[in-house]
Amino acid sequence: MFAYLAKRVIQAIAVMFVISLIAFAIQGNLGDPLRELVGQSVSEEVRQQLRDEMGLNDSFVTQYLRFAGNALQGDLGTSYFFKEPALDVILKKLPATLELVFGATLIIVGFSVPLGIYTAIKPDSILSRIIMGLSIVGISIPVFLTAILMIFVFSVEYGWFPSYGRGDTVHVWGYWETNFATADGWMHIILPSIALASIMLPLFVRLIRAEMMEVLQSEYVKYAKAKGINPWRIYFVHALKNTLLPVITVGGVQIGTMVAYTILTETVFQWPGMGFMFLEAVNRVDTPLIVAYLIVVGFIFVVTNTIVDLIYGLVNPTVNIARMGA
Amino acid sequence: MSLLSVRDLTVKFAMRDQTVTALNGISFDLAKGERLGIVGESGAGKSITGFSLMNLLSRPGYIDSGKILFEGEDVVQMNDKRLRNLRGNRMAMIFQDPMVTLNPVLTIGQQMIETLMAHRKLSREEARQIAIVKLREVYIPSPEERLEQYPHELSGGMRQRIIIAIALLLDPQLIIADEPTTALDVTIQADIMELMLELCQSNQVGLILITHDLGVVSQMTERTLVMYAGRIIEAGRTREIINDPQHPYTQGLINALPQQTVPGQRLKQIPGNMPGLASIPAGCAFNPRCKYATDLCRSRVPEIVQYGEVAVACHEVQRLHSDEDRQEARA
Repeated sequence: MFAYLAKRVIQAIAVMFVISLIAFAIQGNLGDPLRELVGQSVSEEVRQQLRDEMGLNDSFVTQYLRFAGNALQGDLGTSYFFKEPALDVILKKLPATLELVFGATLIIVGFSVPLGIYTAIKPDSILSRIIMGLSIVGISIPVFLTAILMIFVFSVEYGWFPSYGRGDTVHVWGYWETNFATADGWMHIILPSIALASIMLPLFVRLIRAEMMEVLQSEYVKYAKAKGINPWRIYFVHALKNTLLPVITVGGVQIGTMVAYTILTETVFQWPGMGFMFLEAVNRVDTPLIVAYLIVVGFIFVVTNTIVDLIYGLVNPTVNIARMGA
Repeated sequence: MSLLSVRDLTVKFAMRDQTVTALNGISFDLAKGERLGIVGESGAGKSITGFSLMNLLSRPGYIDSGKILFEGEDVVQMNDKRLRNLRGNRMAMIFQDPMVTLNPVLTIGQQMIETLMAHRKLSREEARQIAIVKLREVYIPSPEERLEQYPHELSGGMRQRIIIAIALLLDPQLIIADEPTTALDVTIQADIMELMLELCQSNQVGLILITHDLGVVSQMTERTLVMYAGRIIEAGRTREIINDPQHPYTQGLINALPQQTVPGQRLKQIPGNMPGLASIPAGCAFNPRCKYATDLCRSRVPEIVQYGEVAVACHEVQRLHSDEDRQEARA
């Protein structure tokens, strides 16, 4: 167990190193930071002096090592716009994004499993055909279009849901404000969650259906039938567990992807999360904030993937973490 | 009354552009505790016969007509509930490849206990005790520990023993074994067969053994059916069929055994291949490969009729015999 964990952590560190390198390399190519920092009236001599002081004339390696050293101590630079540490800015926005991703995940898990199972068990029924048809539509329409359409229909035409913002939130802990404590908070998070789930949900319905159909063709399912086992037990005990094993792996990667997708959803719904913040940072050429965002999102990716691998090992009896060495 | 009585069973497969006949009106009987072998090449319809007996054909296969009377009740007419009561309880099946038969994510114990609890009102602990007894019967060492293990932790031979134990869990009247040792190591095959023979004899269980191994059939069974292209072409006591085969195809099969060949000589193969289901020739399906074939063979399907000790479906069986007699007389 320990060896496996250690191996996964070392892998994660290696991935983070590459991400930080890429993020830092981008920084050097986003234009001259001084242009954003000082006014036009500052003379070229002063500019040079400032560059020296900020270390911008040092070699790439020296600059990267300084950046990495600071990053390890939790210092990802200071946002030009907010004049605050970039990490703090992101951490303030993080809860909103994570709650949105959580809402979308609930929708995806809650609907994809039953729909995937149903369409696999009854592939020829009319309802299955409708679900499969809709899933193609869902995958094909871009998130921002789905979001705008939903705002138009449910906010503007019917007025059932608010169209922007988080609404009433309740302070929980640290920076964490939650949407899930008030009715208004719930109303605000429903549309953005659906929009964010609109691509992943059909994808997962199709994935679960395909896996389930394959499993239902397997010898062990045929054997379970030959033993006279109740069909419901065959579907939910024999088949579902085997179906979900590959789905867990894909799902873990997709949670990371969803954090990135929030950029679109948050922008359309003016959701005060870090995706929306990132887009604003790009507009303002707030380089430290952009770099910090990339690193934080990369970190979330790495952490979720590592956790998913561990869960997979616990769920799949053929992967024995406890006995697995390096 | 026989335990199992199959009458004119016809199985078809609905393919995209045509419907092919996989089993063409087969009939046979099995007495209580009797052991029957079904032999033939791949694609002859042996496994389909086995699955049909449990009404377990999966799409696109279906039973088109015929009766399968098991303890007097027609399996073909049973509803889902009756079928579930039949499967695993009164009639059990042993699959071909033990590596893929057991569910990889459920423990041996879960897979045994669920079978017992599906058919009898038992507590989990009672079911566990029965499972342990049955595992002992198939000579599984330390059965209590095995129950906690997953299939991948056990060898192929061990898994097949467990599958045999599962087949015996509910003391069925009939076990259908579909090539139970084909996927196993040669050294283990004999052990498994011996175990099955012993258990069938001591428990008075009927056995239908589907195989292409004539050696196994002669060792394990009392009666044999030889199948070719979806029909039974020869049926009778195993000893007679092995020692004095009547149908040219059966003769070919037995001559093809390595034991029938002088070392150093080529094996005596039957020329050609068995036809696919979609292209079965008119008349006797074996006629293109048969050296005795006549115009009659090429136009009319031979009925299966009693000839001496066995039943044979061959127009030329009599001529064949008189030829042989003449040759023997000359020698």
